[in-house]
Amino acid sequence: MKRRFLVRLVIGFLLVGMVLTLSGCGSSDKPKLHVYNWGDYIDESVIKEFEKEYNVDVIYEEFATNEEMYVKIKAGTANYDVAIPSDYMITKMINEGLLHKINLDNIPNYELIDDRFKNLAFDPNNEYSVPYMWGTVGIIYNKKMVQEPVDSWKILWDEKYSKKILMLDSQRDSIGVALKMLGYSLNSKDPKELNEAKEMLIKQKPLLLAYVGDEVKDKMIGNEAALAVVWSGDAVYMKRENPDLEYVIPKEGSNIWFDSMVIPKTSQNKELAEKFINFMCSTDVAYRNADYIGYSTPHKEVIKMLPQELTSDPSYYPAEGDLQNSEVFEDLSDVLAIYDKIWTEVKSE
Amino acid sequence: MVRSFLIKSYTFLIYFFLYAPILILMIFSFNNSKSRGNWDGFTLKWYAELFQDSQIASALYYTLLVAVLSSLIATILGTLAAIGINNMRGLPKMITLNVTYLPLLSPDIVMGVSLMLLFIFIKLQLGFLTMLFAHITFNLPFVVFSVLPKLRQLSNETYDAALDLGATPFEAYKKVILPQISPGIVTGFLLAFTMSFDDFVVSFFTTGSGVSNLAIEIYSMARRGINPKINALLTLMFICIMLLLLIVNYRMSKDSNKETDVKIIK
Repeated sequence: MKRRFLVRLVIGFLLVGMVLTLSGCGSSDKPKLHVYNWGDYIDESVIKEFEKEYNVDVIYEEFATNEEMYVKIKAGTANYDVAIPSDYMITKMINEGLLHKINLDNIPNYELIDDRFKNLAFDPNNEYSVPYMWGTVGIIYNKKMVQEPVDSWKILWDEKYSKKILMLDSQRDSIGVALKMLGYSLNSKDPKELNEAKEMLIKQKPLLLAYVGDEVKDKMIGNEAALAVVWSGDAVYMKRENPDLEYVIPKEGSNIWFDSMVIPKTSQNKELAEKFINFMCSTDVAYRNADYIGYSTPHKEVIKMLPQELTSDPSYYPAEGDLQNSEVFEDLSDVLAIYDKIWTEVKSE
Repeated sequence: MVRSFLIKSYTFLIYFFLYAPILILMIFSFNNSKSRGNWDGFTLKWYAELFQDSQIASALYYTLLVAVLSSLIATILGTLAAIGINNMRGLPKMITLNVTYLPLLSPDIVMGVSLMLLFIFIKLQLGFLTMLFAHITFNLPFVVFSVLPKLRQLSNETYDAALDLGATPFEAYKKVILPQISPGIVTGFLLAFTMSFDDFVVSFFTTGSGVSNLAIEIYSMARRGINPKINALLTLMFICIMLLLLIVNYRMSKDSNKETDVKIIK
C-alpha cells in the first residue's frame, strides 16, 4: 500500500519535473543578453532595471576565478555577450583573439571614467575593455600590535611578528609581493629574480600564521594576526569592522588590479552588449554598484558623489603619488610554468 | 556507571564535532555583521534579503530539480545495469566493471571539462539538459556499486523458483529480486542525491544559459566572501531536513507499533 503510493509520488514528481523543464524551453521572444561576472559583484536591481528599460532578458551567470571563466569562453560553449575578467586575463584573451573590439562611439558614458584609469598596460587605447572596478594590494596591520610605522614590504619578514603574519593564498599576489620587496617588477620573467623571490618566500614561511584566502578578513577583525596582505576592497570592509586596523601601500610599490567589461567573440548581440556597458557606466548605475560592492570605482562622477570620508581614505582612493611604483599584472603565459613551480615549492616547504 | 557515562560522553563528542560547524553557521545567520569575527547584534535581515534574491532562489530550484531527477534516473538505469553486470561472466564483465569505475576514480575537473568538450562536439547547447546528463553520468557508478553487492548476496535459486512457480521473468524481478536488493537501491539513490546536490566542478563546466546550482553560487562568492544570506539559506535547509527526518521516523515507528498490535490480537 505504502510502496504504491511512493511509486506514484515518484512518477508524479518526475512528470512535473519534465513538464517544468520542457515548458522552460519555450522562452519569450525578447532579445537576450548573457552576462558573465564574479560572484556577488553587482547590485542586482541594476539588472532588473536594464531588462525593463531595454525590454530584454538578461541571463546572468557567475564564476569564481578568471581561469574558470577563460576555459568556458575559450571552449566557445555559451554565447556570453559581456564578461568581466581581470586585467592579466584580458591581455591573454586579446592575444588569443577571443574578444571583440569595442566601438567606443556606442559608449558615450565612457568619458565619465577618470582618465588615469584609461589606456593602461593591459589594454592600451581601451580597444577591448571598459573599466568596472579597481583596487590595490597592500598591507593591513593592527595598530595595537604594530607600534612602528609600516611603509615597506620588508616588515612581513620581520621576526618580531613571527606567527602573526598572514599572506595571500594567491600565486601571483604572493610571488609579486616578494618580487616587489626585492625591488623587482612583479611581472618579472627573469629566472634569477624569480629564484630570489622563491628563496625569500621560503625564508618567510616559518614566520607565517598561514596562507589564507577569504579568512583573512575574519582573522584580522578578530585580532588574531598583526599583519596581512590584502586587497583594498577587503581592507575598507575590515577597517569598518575593526577600527584598530590600518591599510597602507608600501613604498616599493604594489599591484593595481582592474576588473573590466569585455565583449567575447562568441557574443551574438554586440550592439546590445555595448548598450549594457554604456548602461553600467552611467552615473546612477555605477554609483549603485560601487555602493553595493564597496570596491573603488573608476567613475569620475561617482567618486564625487561618494561621502568625503570614503574618497579621502587612501585605502579606497589612493593619491597618484602612492601609486607611483605600482604595476598592473601582465599576462605571463610563457613563464607561467616557472611561477607554478615556485608556488608549489613554497607551499610544500 | 562510569563506563556508560564515558560511552555517552564519547558519542556526544563525536556528534558535537560533526554538528558544531553547522551550529556556528546557523548562529551567524543572525549576526548583524558580515564578519565571522564580530558579533554585532541579532538580526533577521539576511533572511529578508534571502527571500528577495531571485538568483539564489533559481539556483536552489535547479539544485533540487537536478538532484532529484538525476538520482532517480541514475537509480533506474544503474539498477538495470547492475542486474545486467551481475549476469555477465569473464572478460566482458571485467571491462564493463572497469569502465563503470572510471568516473569514480577520475578527478572532478577531468569529468567536468571532458563532458563539456563532448557536449560542444555534438553541438548540444550547454544548459539544464547538459547539466542533467552530466549528473546522471557521474551518479551511475554510485548506484551500480551500491546494488551489485546486494545482487551478489542473492542466491540464483530464488529467481529460478519464482519462474518455476509461474511468474514471468518481469514479475520475478519485480516481486522477488527487487525487494531483496531494495536496501542497495535506496543507498544508491541517497548517495547519488548527495553527490549531485553537492557538486560544483562538473556542474560549473557543463551548465550554461543562466542555469546555475547552489554550489556554483556559493563557490562564486569565494573572492568576495560568503554573504550571510547563504548562512540563512543553509539554516532553513537544515531545519527542513531535520523536520522531514523526524516526521519519517515518527511515522515509521508508528507503523512498527501497528504490527505489534496486530500480533497481540492474533
